[in-house]
Amino acid sequence: MQQFAIQTRGLRKVFGEKVALRNLSLEVPRGEVFGFLGPNGAGKTTAMKILLGLAAPTEGRAVVLGRAAGDVAARRQIGFLPEHFRFYDWLTAAELLQLYGRLYGMPAGPLRQRVPAFLDLVGLTPHRDQRLREFSKGMLQRIGLAQALLNDPELILLDEPTSGLDPVGRRLVRDIIKAQRERGATVFLNSHLLSEVEITCDRVAFIKHGEVLETRELRGLAEGALQVAIRARKLTGESLPGLSPWASSARLEGERLTLEVSSTDVLPEVLRYLVAQGADVYEVIPQRISLEELFLRIIGTDGGL
Amino acid sequence: MGAWIMAGVTFREAARKKILWLALAAGAGFLALFATGLYFNLKDLAVRPNHLMARAGINSLLMLGLYAVDGLAVAMTVMISADTLSGEIASGTIQAVATKPVARWEVLLGKWLGFVGMLTLYLAMMVGGVSGLTYALSAHFLRAGVTPRHLLLGTCLIWLECLLMLNLTMLCGTAFSTLTNAVLALGMHGIAFIGGWVEQAGAFTHSPRAVNVGIVASVLMPSESLWRRAVYEMQSPVVSAFGFGPFNAESIPSGLMVAYAAAYLTFALGLALHRFAHRDL
Repeated sequence: MQQFAIQTRGLRKVFGEKVALRNLSLEVPRGEVFGFLGPNGAGKTTAMKILLGLAAPTEGRAVVLGRAAGDVAARRQIGFLPEHFRFYDWLTAAELLQLYGRLYGMPAGPLRQRVPAFLDLVGLTPHRDQRLREFSKGMLQRIGLAQALLNDPELILLDEPTSGLDPVGRRLVRDIIKAQRERGATVFLNSHLLSEVEITCDRVAFIKHGEVLETRELRGLAEGALQVAIRARKLTGESLPGLSPWASSARLEGERLTLEVSSTDVLPEVLRYLVAQGADVYEVIPQRISLEELFLRIIGTDGGL
Repeated sequence: MGAWIMAGVTFREAARKKILWLALAAGAGFLALFATGLYFNLKDLAVRPNHLMARAGINSLLMLGLYAVDGLAVAMTVMISADTLSGEIASGTIQAVATKPVARWEVLLGKWLGFVGMLTLYLAMMVGGVSGLTYALSAHFLRAGVTPRHLLLGTCLIWLECLLMLNLTMLCGTAFSTLTNAVLALGMHGIAFIGGWVEQAGAFTHSPRAVNVGIVASVLMPSESLWRRAVYEMQSPVVSAFGFGPFNAESIPSGLMVAYAAAYLTFALGLALHRFAHRDL
């Protein structure tokens, strides 16, 4: 079995004059929940379309589940929830799942059992015979989620899955993603809700102007990226270079010293050093860097525009 | 398998959106009106002694009915199929289907099969209705049923004309928006239509240059040629001798032109399948 559910090398996509993807190289290990983050227009949806075979790259190569992106056999193992989920709204919820189940090649017998089970999973059992044109945005998002999971896919691509959902719906999405990870599936998640990504993802990639700027493991985010605010007197700028063994950056503004350290483990050493330099330390406050801060640092505040 | 599922979806969509039932109901209304008009015409004609003229008149009414059916079928074909690809691509509906394990060509072929089923049903009802009513009423009043000369062959040619319009619409649907698609398909049919008239008039006035203009128009879009050939196959030769009009074929499209039209529509479908399989969605 391939180690990676998704592998891309130098993906480039050009629409006329516009370069949507510049040089996208990405590796998504199997069994992970992977967040794909970036500002609007960064190329996230284009990248997803290429992975699904909806669009062809201008250059580069994408491999999904060991096959070329868009391969029909690979699509049998993929579930996809588009950001703006549109479908045959003249069908009822149950009919839509039956249709998609048949397109997945599922036999009629098992499908008859799966459809009610998946409607139940997303809380739409009371609306099974209602036409989709009568559904609210949240209900459409739920049926979209059900159809993305119907085939027990090895890889699930979710484009803004919590868009249009209330807090109960968002909780449902989180629980479903967790259950899919426990089942061994890979989840590729594109979301603007960074708090959701922070809770659900194992790893994230930051994308801007059509290329990946950085990939980070989120499990280590709390430990790996720490900002410490220290209030101290009798401290001068000359002491700052001596902090380099423990701090990746140090900034002094009056009595306030801001450090970036790799872990809370180094704080006793930092304090001993500052006291040895003659400083009077009144306050030490470690602050965890949120994914949002990390996002803004990596992507920048211009939003990539 | 995917193609058959998509054919079923296409048929079901037309039925669920009431397009199919309304088309059939409108067709039934058309047939009722045709039968009424035919009934009164026959009643008045039957009292005259010249049965040959009466038969010629009924034959013209029959061809008028078939001409109207041909026009309705062409318009119906374009209208029901113009949005199927353009609309689903524009709205993104196609994405949920195209990411399922079904080849793109199966999606398009399935839709095509669904529309072919619908237009076959429509033509069978309308051509069968017009011909059957004419035969039954003329047999009652004139004691000799009037039928198209080669009904099956003529119907097949009208069916081919609708297939040509369908395939052209499917092809344009892979590249243009719904409205542009419909305008383009009907515009092409308009060129064929006026080209056909120019050719007929040219043949009537013995102007070979006008005939050639019509032939060039038919090469661009051979739909009208198929109708003209259908007229030739279905019209009584006695009535044809009376003059020129939409129910006569002064300049008869050759078998080669019919073969060209068949190749044209096959190529259009092939190109539509290719384009749809390779375009971004």
